[in-house]
Amino acid sequence: MMSTKSVPAKSPHGTGVEYWRRLGADVIRDRWLYLLLLPGFVYFIIFKYLPMWGIVISFENYVPYSGIFGSEWVGVKWFEYFFKFPSWTRYLTNTLILSFMNLIFYFPAPIILALLLNEMRSLRYKKLLQTFLYVPHFISIVIVVSITTLLFGTNSLFFNLTKELLGEPVNLMNSPDTFRWMIVIQSIWKETGWGTIIFLAALTNVDTQLYEAAMVDGAGRFRRLWHITLPAIRSTIVLMLILRMGSMLDTGHDHLILMANSLNRSASQTLDVFVYQQGLQQGQFSYASAIGLMKSIVSIILVVSSNKIAHMLGESGLY
Amino acid sequence: MSEILDKSSELPEKKKKAKKMVGSTGAVGNGNTVGGMIFDVFNYIFLTLVALTTIAPFIYIIGASFATEWELAQRPLLIIPHNPTLGAYEYIFSTNKLLNGFGNSVFITVAGTMINLFFTVTMAYAISKPRLRGRNFVLNMVIFSMFFGGGMIPSYIVVANMLNMKDTFWSVLLPGAISAYNMMIVKNFFQGIPQELEESASMDGCTDIGILWKIVLPLSLPVLATFGLFYAVGHWNAYFGAMIYMSGAREKWPLQVLLREIIILSNASAGDMANMDPEFVQPPEQSVKMAVIVVSTIPIMCVYPFLQKYFVKGVMVGALKG
Repeated sequence: MMSTKSVPAKSPHGTGVEYWRRLGADVIRDRWLYLLLLPGFVYFIIFKYLPMWGIVISFENYVPYSGIFGSEWVGVKWFEYFFKFPSWTRYLTNTLILSFMNLIFYFPAPIILALLLNEMRSLRYKKLLQTFLYVPHFISIVIVVSITTLLFGTNSLFFNLTKELLGEPVNLMNSPDTFRWMIVIQSIWKETGWGTIIFLAALTNVDTQLYEAAMVDGAGRFRRLWHITLPAIRSTIVLMLILRMGSMLDTGHDHLILMANSLNRSASQTLDVFVYQQGLQQGQFSYASAIGLMKSIVSIILVVSSNKIAHMLGESGLY
Repeated sequence: MSEILDKSSELPEKKKKAKKMVGSTGAVGNGNTVGGMIFDVFNYIFLTLVALTTIAPFIYIIGASFATEWELAQRPLLIIPHNPTLGAYEYIFSTNKLLNGFGNSVFITVAGTMINLFFTVTMAYAISKPRLRGRNFVLNMVIFSMFFGGGMIPSYIVVANMLNMKDTFWSVLLPGAISAYNMMIVKNFFQGIPQELEESASMDGCTDIGILWKIVLPLSLPVLATFGLFYAVGHWNAYFGAMIYMSGAREKWPLQVLLREIIILSNASAGDMANMDPEFVQPPEQSVKMAVIVVSTIPIMCVYPFLQKYFVKGVMVGALKG
């Protein structure tokens, strides 16, 4: 192994023949491994890299009949087209409002829950609660929205209850005013418990002697939380925040498409929903792909810049 | 790595140490003040309530699925119906549509999970060998795909227009055949298996495929179970792929797509129901909807104990490695 590596490094041109001979021998020795690698490799080429290359349709007038190669090149036409579209600001505003609501309410929820769980004295009771808290993560988003519909939609529990109490039924599913809150609350319900795992894992690495020393010094519960527990999970929080920035503009297309209907349209039209509606429902592949690309670029910029900020603050960040 | 995934190899002293650490974090010792005790009481009450909200909807749905339509309208807050009836379940099992959807979901889950495991294990084993030429190139290719992708539309074009998989089961089985994240964890696990075992087998004339099949896989059963469950739950819960790729083949729809049509679309206005199946334009009774939810959640609840046991470890491993 050692010699194979050092030969091309020493004299890449001189022993070229030798290098190729060794390479050939290695490949023949590992032929069965290459056979094992083949299905996965082909999978990544076809289902991951072909779509990346398919992004070029954002600059074309893609017609399925002509294919990705044969379609007419139109440059940045679709990007210009979007910004001339009168209600593009509404799609952007809806996306941003939902993103910030998620950042403010959904992001800190697992941190707070993990800290509260960490303060529990009875380990057995904590385990029992965790058993319940992880359940919603494994429930499909269709079921989550279905249950919400049956609890708050037409002829639902809430619908009948408000009809009885207020005389006027209230339908939370079909109103643009409540739409965003419903999305945020559903997300919190589904993922908060599961999200605590990573923070609880970080908390198990805290040295207990720190707590004991702090107690000897007379630090109360809150001071211990502030000076020992929180700093212990700080880098995990920063890491999760950077990842969150990457999906800042992702409003969760599979979730939103289920919740969006013609009555809550003014709040439910986000960029994700736009891509789905234009591309898959109306067949405007190039237009939708261009908007999707724009979103991806902004996401990458957000990740890279937040990672940079994390480095400046002395955190190790994502990479 | 292998120590965390494989329970049997956990050292007893390590376990003890871990337990001690978990047991005495924030709430340590006897030095609790009055304020601390009040906090404890509220903390217990609050967390209990939070835990209850995760299962309360299911309790209501199960109860309501046995209620009559009239009772649901009269007593919105019922938990146990006065006149329980099995009517909703009889209806579900008498309509071919829902039974067929259940069958499709089972098929997609079983076939999809087998495809997942085959692709994941073969690739993970090949790139777990540092001697393999070109390994770094493939690794970088996989890692890059975790951070950047073509997006919804180009992926759709590849599957539907270039591969012509529209309205076939392949469109939901193949596009997610490997989760890069899972594959990397399996790869790390394979790297933790002692090389001596494999070397002795190769001296006996075993090929790499033989070693994988006869030596590595039997040692990796807990890992295979973990990721098999992981993939299976993903398939059972998926709706988006089936909705966009199999829109023209109703007879192949899994339960999740049918649920969307029966419950979610029927809640909205007539405009959203325009392209619905005529059989469901008259929405079914509320109790039938509840019963469908119960039926489609039962399989997840059956595997949940195993999920909890393995998944928590899996996530932690990913967190430490990633």
